[in-house]
Amino acid sequence: MAMQEMTAGQVTKKIINNEELFILDVRNQDAFEDWKIEGYRFSYLNIPYFELIDGVKGIMEQLPKDKDILVVCAKEGSSVMVAEMLSEAGLDVSYLKGGMKAWSEHLEPIKVGDLNGNGELYQFVRIGKGCLSYMVVSDGEAAIIDPTRMATVFMDFAEEKHVAIKHVLDTHLHADHISGGRVLAEKTGASYWLPPRDATEVTFSYQPLEDEQVIHVGTTKIDIQALYTPGHTIGSTSFIIDQAYLLTGDILFIDSIGRPDLAGKADDWVGDLRKSLYTRYQQLSEELVVLPAHFMIMAELNEDGTVGKKLGDLFKENHGLNVTDEHAFRKMVTENLPPQPNAYQEIRETNMGKITPDTEKQREMEIGPNRCAVR
Amino acid sequence: MEATKVLDAKGLACPMPIVRTKKAIAELEPGEVLEIHTTDQGSKSDLTAWAKSGGHEILEDVEEDGVIKFWIKKGE
Repeated sequence: MAMQEMTAGQVTKKIINNEELFILDVRNQDAFEDWKIEGYRFSYLNIPYFELIDGVKGIMEQLPKDKDILVVCAKEGSSVMVAEMLSEAGLDVSYLKGGMKAWSEHLEPIKVGDLNGNGELYQFVRIGKGCLSYMVVSDGEAAIIDPTRMATVFMDFAEEKHVAIKHVLDTHLHADHISGGRVLAEKTGASYWLPPRDATEVTFSYQPLEDEQVIHVGTTKIDIQALYTPGHTIGSTSFIIDQAYLLTGDILFIDSIGRPDLAGKADDWVGDLRKSLYTRYQQLSEELVVLPAHFMIMAELNEDGTVGKKLGDLFKENHGLNVTDEHAFRKMVTENLPPQPNAYQEIRETNMGKITPDTEKQREMEIGPNRCAVR
Repeated sequence: MEATKVLDAKGLACPMPIVRTKKAIAELEPGEVLEIHTTDQGSKSDLTAWAKSGGHEILEDVEEDGVIKFWIKKGE
Protein backbone atom coordinates (compact mmCIF):
# COMPACT_ATOMS: atom_id res chain seq x y z
CA MET A 1 0.00 0.00 0.00
CA ALA A 2 1.01 3.59 -0.28
CA MET A 3 3.10 5.74 1.98
CA GLN A 4 2.54 9.49 1.84
CA GLU A 5 4.10 12.60 3.25
CA MET A 6 1.93 14.84 5.44
CA THR A 7 3.06 18.39 6.15
CA ALA A 8 2.68 20.26 9.44
CA GLY A 9 0.25 22.56 7.59
CA GLN A 10 -1.97 19.60 6.63
CA VAL A 11 -1.99 18.35 10.22
CA THR A 12 -2.94 21.86 11.38
CA LYS A 13 -5.93 21.85 9.02
CA LYS A 14 -7.06 18.54 10.53
CA ILE A 15 -6.99 20.08 13.99
CA ILE A 16 -8.92 23.19 12.92
CA ASN A 17 -11.45 21.16 10.91
CA ASN A 18 -11.94 18.81 13.83
CA GLU A 19 -10.97 15.72 11.82
CA GLU A 20 -9.85 12.37 13.16
CA LEU A 21 -6.25 11.21 12.99
CA PHE A 22 -4.41 8.28 14.51
CA ILE A 23 -0.89 9.20 15.51
CA LEU A 24 1.77 6.53 15.85
CA ASP A 25 4.50 8.43 17.66
CA VAL A 26 7.79 6.53 17.45
CA ARG A 27 9.88 8.81 19.68
CA ASN A 28 10.92 7.51 23.06
CA GLN A 29 8.42 7.54 25.89
CA ASP A 30 9.83 10.56 27.76
CA ALA A 31 9.73 12.76 24.68
CA PHE A 32 6.16 11.69 23.89
CA GLU A 33 4.90 12.29 27.42
CA ASP A 34 6.55 15.71 27.56
CA TRP A 35 5.17 17.01 24.27
CA LYS A 36 3.07 15.68 21.41
CA ILE A 37 0.74 16.76 18.60
CA GLU A 38 -2.58 17.64 20.19
CA GLY A 39 -5.94 17.48 18.43
CA TYR A 40 -9.50 17.18 19.70
CA ARG A 41 -10.17 13.96 17.84
CA PHE A 42 -6.66 12.56 17.60
CA SER A 43 -5.82 9.19 19.11
CA TYR A 44 -2.33 7.96 19.91
CA LEU A 45 -0.01 5.02 20.17
CA ASN A 46 3.56 5.55 21.37
CA ILE A 47 6.06 2.83 20.46
CA PRO A 48 9.73 3.90 20.17
CA TYR A 49 11.16 3.22 16.71
CA PHE A 50 14.00 1.17 18.15
CA GLU A 51 11.47 -1.45 19.21
CA LEU A 52 10.25 -1.70 15.62
CA ILE A 53 13.58 -2.17 13.83
CA ASP A 54 12.96 -5.92 13.46
CA GLY A 55 9.41 -5.47 12.21
CA VAL A 56 5.97 -4.06 12.84
CA LYS A 57 4.04 -7.34 13.15
CA GLY A 58 3.65 -6.89 16.89
CA ILE A 59 1.73 -3.62 16.59
CA MET A 60 -0.51 -4.27 13.56
CA GLU A 61 -3.45 -5.19 15.75
CA GLN A 62 -3.20 -1.94 17.66
CA LEU A 63 -3.55 0.15 14.48
CA PRO A 64 -7.00 1.18 13.18
CA LYS A 65 -8.15 0.15 9.70
CA ASP A 66 -10.69 2.96 9.34
CA LYS A 67 -8.65 6.05 10.29
CA ASP A 68 -5.82 7.99 8.71
CA ILE A 69 -2.55 6.98 10.35
CA LEU A 70 0.33 9.42 10.76
CA VAL A 71 3.74 8.22 11.89
CA VAL A 72 5.66 10.87 13.83
CA CYS A 73 9.24 11.09 15.09
CA ALA A 74 11.69 13.82 16.09
CA LYS A 75 13.15 14.70 12.68
CA GLU A 76 11.47 12.41 10.09
CA GLY A 77 14.03 9.62 9.50
CA SER A 78 12.61 7.03 11.89
CA SER A 79 9.02 7.75 10.92
CA VAL A 80 9.87 7.06 7.26
CA MET A 81 11.45 3.76 8.27
CA VAL A 82 8.38 2.70 10.26
CA ALA A 83 5.90 4.03 7.68
CA GLU A 84 7.68 2.03 4.95
CA MET A 85 7.36 -1.14 6.99
CA LEU A 86 3.67 -0.48 7.67
CA SER A 87 3.04 0.22 4.03
CA GLU A 88 4.75 -3.07 3.08
CA ALA A 89 2.53 -4.78 5.62
CA GLY A 90 -0.51 -3.50 3.73
CA LEU A 91 -1.51 -0.24 5.42
CA ASP A 92 -2.04 3.22 3.93
CA VAL A 93 0.05 5.50 6.12
CA SER A 94 1.62 8.95 6.18
CA TYR A 95 4.68 10.26 7.94
CA LEU A 96 5.10 13.80 9.27
CA LYS A 97 7.41 15.78 6.98
CA GLY A 98 10.28 17.19 9.04
CA GLY A 99 9.04 15.48 12.21
CA MET A 100 8.39 17.29 15.47
CA LYS A 101 11.10 19.77 14.49
CA ALA A 102 8.89 21.01 11.65
CA TRP A 103 5.82 20.77 13.89
CA SER A 104 7.46 23.09 16.40
CA GLU A 105 8.24 25.63 13.68
CA HIS A 106 5.01 25.66 11.71
CA LEU A 107 3.15 28.99 11.69
CA GLU A 108 -0.45 29.23 10.49
CA PRO A 109 -1.44 32.83 9.62
CA ILE A 110 -5.16 33.41 10.27
CA LYS A 111 -7.03 36.69 9.86
CA VAL A 112 -8.49 37.95 13.13
CA GLY A 113 -10.40 40.90 11.73
CA ASP A 114 -10.51 44.17 9.79
CA LEU A 115 -9.15 47.41 11.21
CA ASN A 116 -9.76 51.08 10.51
CA GLY A 117 -9.67 51.88 6.76
CA ASN A 118 -8.30 48.93 4.85
CA GLY A 119 -6.35 47.61 7.81
CA GLU A 120 -6.20 43.97 8.82
CA LEU A 121 -5.01 42.04 11.83
CA TYR A 122 -3.47 38.59 11.46
CA GLN A 123 -2.61 36.06 14.12
CA PHE A 124 0.25 33.64 13.42
CA VAL A 125 -0.56 30.47 15.30
CA ARG A 126 2.50 28.40 16.16
CA ILE A 127 0.33 25.36 16.64
CA GLY A 128 2.99 22.94 17.89
CA LYS A 129 4.35 25.14 20.63
CA GLY A 130 1.40 27.38 21.42
CA CYS A 131 3.06 30.72 20.59
CA LEU A 132 0.98 33.50 19.00
CA SER A 133 2.43 36.37 16.96
CA TYR A 134 0.54 39.21 15.30
CA MET A 135 0.80 41.37 12.21
CA VAL A 136 -1.04 44.67 11.78
CA VAL A 137 -1.31 45.57 8.11
CA SER A 138 -2.40 48.98 6.83
CA ASP A 139 -1.76 51.03 3.67
CA GLY A 140 1.50 49.45 2.65
CA GLU A 141 2.89 49.23 6.18
CA ALA A 142 3.07 46.50 8.78
CA ALA A 143 3.85 46.12 12.47
CA ILE A 144 4.66 42.73 13.97
CA ILE A 145 4.12 41.89 17.61
CA ASP A 146 5.91 39.04 19.39
CA PRO A 147 7.36 37.42 16.25
CA THR A 148 8.83 33.95 16.66
CA ARG A 149 12.27 32.89 15.43
CA MET A 150 11.05 31.99 11.91
CA ALA A 151 11.57 35.53 10.59
CA THR A 152 11.25 34.61 6.91
CA VAL A 153 7.63 33.49 7.38
CA PHE A 154 6.73 37.05 8.43
CA MET A 155 8.82 38.62 5.68
CA ASP A 156 7.25 36.41 3.01
CA PHE A 157 3.77 37.19 4.31
CA ALA A 158 4.49 40.93 4.27
CA GLU A 159 5.72 40.65 0.69
CA GLU A 160 2.57 38.79 -0.31
CA LYS A 161 0.49 41.58 1.22
CA HIS A 162 2.70 44.25 -0.40
CA VAL A 163 3.53 45.90 2.92
CA ALA A 164 6.81 47.09 4.39
CA ILE A 165 7.57 46.01 7.95
CA LYS A 166 8.07 49.28 9.85
CA HIS A 167 7.78 48.24 13.47
CA VAL A 168 8.58 45.11 15.44
CA LEU A 169 7.44 44.92 19.06
CA ASP A 170 7.89 42.43 21.88
CA THR A 171 5.45 42.52 24.79
CA HIS A 172 8.24 41.29 27.08
CA LEU A 173 11.54 39.44 27.17
CA HIS A 174 10.43 35.90 26.29
CA ALA A 175 11.67 32.88 28.23
CA ASP A 176 10.00 30.02 26.35
CA HIS A 177 10.92 30.81 22.77
CA ILE A 178 13.49 32.80 20.84
CA SER A 179 12.19 36.12 19.58
CA GLY A 180 12.49 36.88 15.88
CA GLY A 181 12.28 40.60 16.65
CA ARG A 182 15.90 41.53 16.43
CA VAL A 183 16.57 39.57 13.23
CA LEU A 184 13.44 40.99 11.58
CA ALA A 185 14.40 44.53 12.52
CA GLU A 186 17.93 44.02 11.16
CA LYS A 187 16.70 42.51 7.90
CA THR A 188 13.92 45.01 7.19
CA GLY A 189 15.23 48.20 8.79
CA ALA A 190 12.17 48.28 11.07
CA SER A 191 12.31 49.80 14.55
CA TYR A 192 12.57 47.22 17.32
CA TRP A 193 10.53 48.21 20.36
CA LEU A 194 11.09 46.63 23.78
CA PRO A 195 9.90 47.43 27.30
CA PRO A 196 12.98 49.11 28.83
CA ARG A 197 12.57 47.38 32.21
CA ASP A 198 12.99 44.01 30.48
CA ALA A 199 15.87 45.25 28.38
CA THR A 200 18.37 46.35 31.02
CA GLU A 201 20.81 43.62 30.00
CA VAL A 202 20.32 43.54 26.22
CA THR A 203 23.43 43.95 24.09
CA PHE A 204 21.81 45.73 21.12
CA SER A 205 20.03 49.04 20.59
CA TYR A 206 16.23 49.27 20.66
CA GLN A 207 13.37 51.76 20.96
CA PRO A 208 11.99 51.91 24.51
CA LEU A 209 8.27 51.16 24.86
CA GLU A 210 6.93 53.44 27.55
CA ASP A 211 3.44 53.39 29.09
CA GLU A 212 0.88 55.07 26.82
CA GLN A 213 3.33 55.24 23.91
CA VAL A 214 1.40 55.27 20.63
CA ILE A 215 2.73 53.77 17.40
CA HIS A 216 0.96 54.42 14.08
CA VAL A 217 0.76 51.96 11.21
CA GLY A 218 -0.12 53.15 7.70
CA THR A 219 -1.54 56.45 6.55
CA THR A 220 -5.03 55.72 7.87
CA LYS A 221 -3.32 55.53 11.23
CA ILE A 222 -4.03 52.43 13.14
CA ASP A 223 -2.99 53.04 16.70
CA ILE A 224 -1.03 50.60 18.75
CA GLN A 225 -1.18 51.91 22.27
CA ALA A 226 1.17 50.54 24.93
CA LEU A 227 -0.15 49.79 28.40
CA TYR A 228 2.34 48.95 31.14
CA THR A 229 1.12 45.72 32.77
CA PRO A 230 3.98 44.06 34.69
CA GLY A 231 3.80 40.71 36.46
CA HIS A 232 5.03 37.96 34.14
CA THR A 233 8.17 40.05 33.77
CA ILE A 234 8.84 43.49 35.25
CA GLY A 235 8.54 45.11 31.81
CA SER A 236 5.49 43.24 30.45
CA THR A 237 3.49 45.59 28.26
CA SER A 238 0.06 45.11 26.66
CA PHE A 239 -1.10 46.76 23.44
CA ILE A 240 -4.48 48.13 22.48
CA ILE A 241 -4.88 48.01 18.72
CA ASP A 242 -7.38 50.25 16.95
CA GLN A 243 -9.44 50.51 20.17
CA ALA A 244 -10.70 46.98 19.45
CA TYR A 245 -8.07 44.43 20.39
CA LEU A 246 -6.06 43.95 23.58
CA LEU A 247 -2.78 42.09 23.12
CA THR A 248 -1.99 40.80 26.59
CA GLY A 249 1.38 39.11 26.01
CA ASP A 250 2.01 36.56 28.75
CA ILE A 251 -0.04 38.34 31.41
CA LEU A 252 -3.52 37.07 30.55
CA PHE A 253 -4.42 34.01 28.49
CA ILE A 254 -7.85 32.67 27.50
CA ASP A 255 -8.08 30.01 30.16
CA SER A 256 -5.20 30.90 32.49
CA ILE A 257 -2.90 33.73 33.59
CA GLY A 258 0.84 34.37 33.32
CA ARG A 259 3.33 32.93 35.77
CA PRO A 260 5.60 35.38 37.58
CA ASP A 261 8.61 33.12 38.22
CA LEU A 262 10.52 32.73 34.96
CA ALA A 263 13.00 35.47 35.76
CA GLY A 264 13.40 34.15 39.31
CA LYS A 265 11.32 36.82 41.02
CA ALA A 266 7.90 35.29 41.70
CA ASP A 267 7.55 36.83 45.16
CA ASP A 268 8.49 40.31 44.00
CA TRP A 269 6.27 40.32 40.93
CA VAL A 270 3.10 38.70 42.21
CA GLY A 271 1.82 42.08 43.43
CA ASP A 272 2.43 43.60 39.99
CA LEU A 273 0.65 40.70 38.32
CA ARG A 274 -2.38 41.16 40.54
CA LYS A 275 -2.49 44.89 39.92
CA SER A 276 -2.26 44.43 36.14
CA LEU A 277 -5.04 41.83 36.08
CA TYR A 278 -7.32 43.16 38.80
CA THR A 279 -6.85 46.93 38.42
CA ARG A 280 -5.45 47.96 35.04
CA TYR A 281 -7.41 45.54 32.89
CA GLN A 282 -10.60 46.21 34.88
CA GLN A 283 -10.48 49.84 33.74
CA LEU A 284 -10.62 48.84 30.06
CA SER A 285 -13.66 48.27 27.84
CA GLU A 286 -15.11 44.79 28.20
CA GLU A 287 -15.66 44.79 24.44
CA LEU A 288 -11.92 44.56 23.71
CA VAL A 289 -10.96 41.20 22.22
CA VAL A 290 -8.10 39.69 24.21
CA LEU A 291 -5.34 38.26 22.03
CA PRO A 292 -2.63 36.59 24.13
CA ALA A 293 0.93 35.57 23.22
CA HIS A 294 0.24 31.90 23.97
CA PHE A 295 -2.33 29.18 24.20
CA MET A 296 -1.85 26.03 26.25
CA ILE A 297 -4.59 23.62 25.15
CA MET A 298 -6.46 23.11 21.88
CA ALA A 299 -9.75 23.93 23.65
CA GLU A 300 -8.60 27.58 23.62
CA LEU A 301 -8.81 27.68 19.82
CA ASN A 302 -11.90 29.29 18.26
CA GLU A 303 -13.68 27.54 15.40
CA ASP A 304 -11.60 29.33 12.78
CA GLY A 305 -8.35 28.38 14.53
CA THR A 306 -7.70 31.80 16.07
CA VAL A 307 -7.16 32.32 19.78
CA GLY A 308 -9.07 35.29 21.23
CA LYS A 309 -12.04 36.19 23.39
CA LYS A 310 -13.76 39.33 24.70
CA LEU A 311 -12.29 40.76 27.89
CA GLY A 312 -15.77 40.80 29.44
CA ASP A 313 -16.08 37.03 28.89
CA LEU A 314 -12.70 36.44 30.47
CA PHE A 315 -13.71 38.43 33.55
CA LYS A 316 -16.55 35.93 33.94
CA GLU A 317 -14.87 32.69 32.88
CA ASN A 318 -11.13 32.85 33.52
CA HIS A 319 -10.38 31.38 36.93
CA GLY A 320 -7.22 33.49 37.28
CA LEU A 321 -9.31 36.68 37.14
CA ASN A 322 -11.71 35.47 39.83
CA VAL A 323 -9.58 34.86 42.88
CA THR A 324 -10.88 37.53 45.27
CA ASP A 325 -8.58 36.67 48.16
CA GLU A 326 -5.17 38.23 47.68
CA HIS A 327 -3.43 35.60 49.77
CA ALA A 328 -5.01 32.77 47.79
CA PHE A 329 -3.91 34.49 44.58
CA ARG A 330 -0.34 34.76 45.82
CA LYS A 331 -0.35 31.10 46.72
CA MET A 332 -1.77 30.09 43.35
CA VAL A 333 0.88 31.87 41.29
CA THR A 334 3.91 31.05 43.43
CA GLU A 335 3.31 27.48 44.60
CA ASN A 336 2.98 24.21 42.69
CA LEU A 337 3.95 25.83 39.40
CA PRO A 338 4.34 23.64 36.31
CA PRO A 339 7.92 22.75 35.23
CA GLN A 340 9.81 25.64 33.67
CA PRO A 341 10.16 25.71 29.87
CA ASN A 342 13.06 23.82 28.32
CA ALA A 343 16.35 25.81 28.41
CA TYR A 344 14.52 28.97 29.59
CA GLN A 345 17.64 30.65 30.96
CA GLU A 346 19.55 30.14 27.70
CA ILE A 347 16.51 31.38 25.78
CA ARG A 348 16.40 34.57 27.86
CA GLU A 349 20.13 35.13 27.29
CA THR A 350 19.67 34.60 23.54
CA ASN A 351 16.84 37.15 23.52
CA MET A 352 19.12 39.61 25.33
CA GLY A 353 21.79 39.08 22.67
CA LYS A 354 24.25 37.69 25.24
CA ILE A 355 24.66 34.37 23.46
CA THR A 356 24.19 33.49 19.78
CA PRO A 357 23.54 29.77 19.35
CA ASP A 358 23.38 28.38 15.79
CA THR A 359 19.99 27.51 14.26
CA GLU A 360 20.22 23.82 15.13
CA LYS A 361 20.95 24.66 18.76
CA GLN A 362 18.11 27.22 18.81
CA ARG A 363 15.69 24.56 17.57
CA GLU A 364 16.80 22.20 20.29
CA MET A 365 16.41 24.88 22.99
CA GLU A 366 12.82 25.47 21.94
CA ILE A 367 11.73 21.81 21.95
CA GLY A 368 8.63 21.19 24.03
CA PRO A 369 5.53 23.10 25.12
CA ASN A 370 5.66 26.76 26.24
CA ARG A 371 4.56 26.42 29.90
CA CYS A 372 4.11 30.15 30.53
CA ALA A 373 0.84 29.94 32.44
CA VAL A 374 -0.62 29.07 35.81
CA ARG A 375 -4.11 27.66 35.88
CA MET B 1 37.81 2.50 28.41
CA GLU B 2 38.38 -0.97 26.91
CA ALA B 3 35.86 -1.82 24.22
CA THR B 4 35.40 -5.15 22.46
CA LYS B 5 34.25 -3.40 19.31
CA VAL B 6 34.02 0.17 17.99
CA LEU B 7 31.10 1.32 15.84
CA ASP B 8 31.60 4.46 13.78
CA ALA B 9 28.14 5.96 13.20
CA LYS B 10 29.35 9.51 12.59
CA GLY B 11 27.41 11.48 10.00
CA LEU B 12 24.46 9.09 10.16
CA ALA B 13 21.01 10.44 10.91
CA CYS B 14 18.31 8.86 13.00
CA PRO B 15 17.35 5.96 12.90
CA MET B 16 20.66 4.63 11.51
CA PRO B 17 22.84 5.03 14.64
CA ILE B 18 20.47 2.78 16.59
CA VAL B 19 19.91 0.36 13.72
CA ARG B 20 23.69 -0.12 13.45
CA THR B 21 24.13 -0.29 17.23
CA LYS B 22 21.50 -2.99 17.49
CA LYS B 23 23.21 -5.05 14.81
CA ALA B 24 26.67 -4.59 16.32
CA ILE B 25 25.61 -5.52 19.81
CA ALA B 26 23.92 -8.68 18.53
CA GLU B 27 27.37 -9.89 17.49
CA LEU B 28 28.80 -9.47 20.99
CA GLU B 29 28.69 -11.78 23.99
CA PRO B 30 26.96 -10.65 27.21
CA GLY B 31 29.32 -8.54 29.30
CA GLU B 32 31.33 -7.33 26.29
CA VAL B 33 31.49 -3.59 25.58
CA LEU B 34 30.55 -1.71 22.40
CA GLU B 35 31.97 1.76 21.81
CA ILE B 36 29.81 3.99 19.58
CA HIS B 37 30.71 7.29 17.92
CA THR B 38 27.83 9.41 16.64
CA THR B 39 27.23 13.00 15.60
CA ASP B 40 23.44 12.80 15.88
CA GLN B 41 22.40 14.79 18.97
CA GLY B 42 19.13 12.89 19.21
CA SER B 43 21.08 9.64 19.67
CA LYS B 44 21.80 10.53 23.26
CA SER B 45 18.30 10.11 24.66
CA ASP B 46 17.38 7.41 22.15
CA LEU B 47 20.41 5.20 22.88
CA THR B 48 19.77 5.62 26.59
CA ALA B 49 16.12 4.59 26.24
CA TRP B 50 17.01 1.75 23.86
CA ALA B 51 19.72 0.37 26.16
CA LYS B 52 17.33 0.47 29.09
CA SER B 53 14.57 -1.37 27.25
CA GLY B 54 17.04 -3.99 25.96
CA GLY B 55 18.68 -4.61 29.34
CA HIS B 56 22.05 -3.17 28.31
CA GLU B 57 24.09 -0.82 30.46
CA ILE B 58 25.53 2.52 29.39
CA LEU B 59 28.87 2.68 31.17
CA GLU B 60 29.87 6.13 30.04
CA ASP B 61 29.13 8.85 27.55
CA VAL B 62 31.25 11.84 26.56
CA GLU B 63 31.00 14.58 23.97
CA GLU B 64 34.14 15.88 22.23
CA ASP B 65 34.13 18.30 19.29
CA GLY B 66 30.57 17.44 18.31
CA VAL B 67 31.15 13.67 18.48
CA ILE B 68 29.23 11.79 21.14
CA LYS B 69 30.86 8.59 22.39
CA PHE B 70 29.04 5.86 24.25
CA TRP B 71 30.25 2.70 25.92
CA ILE B 72 27.50 0.11 26.22
CA LYS B 73 27.85 -3.20 28.05
CA LYS B 74 25.73 -5.95 26.55
CA GLY B 75 23.14 -7.38 28.93
CA GLU B 76 22.48 -11.05 29.69
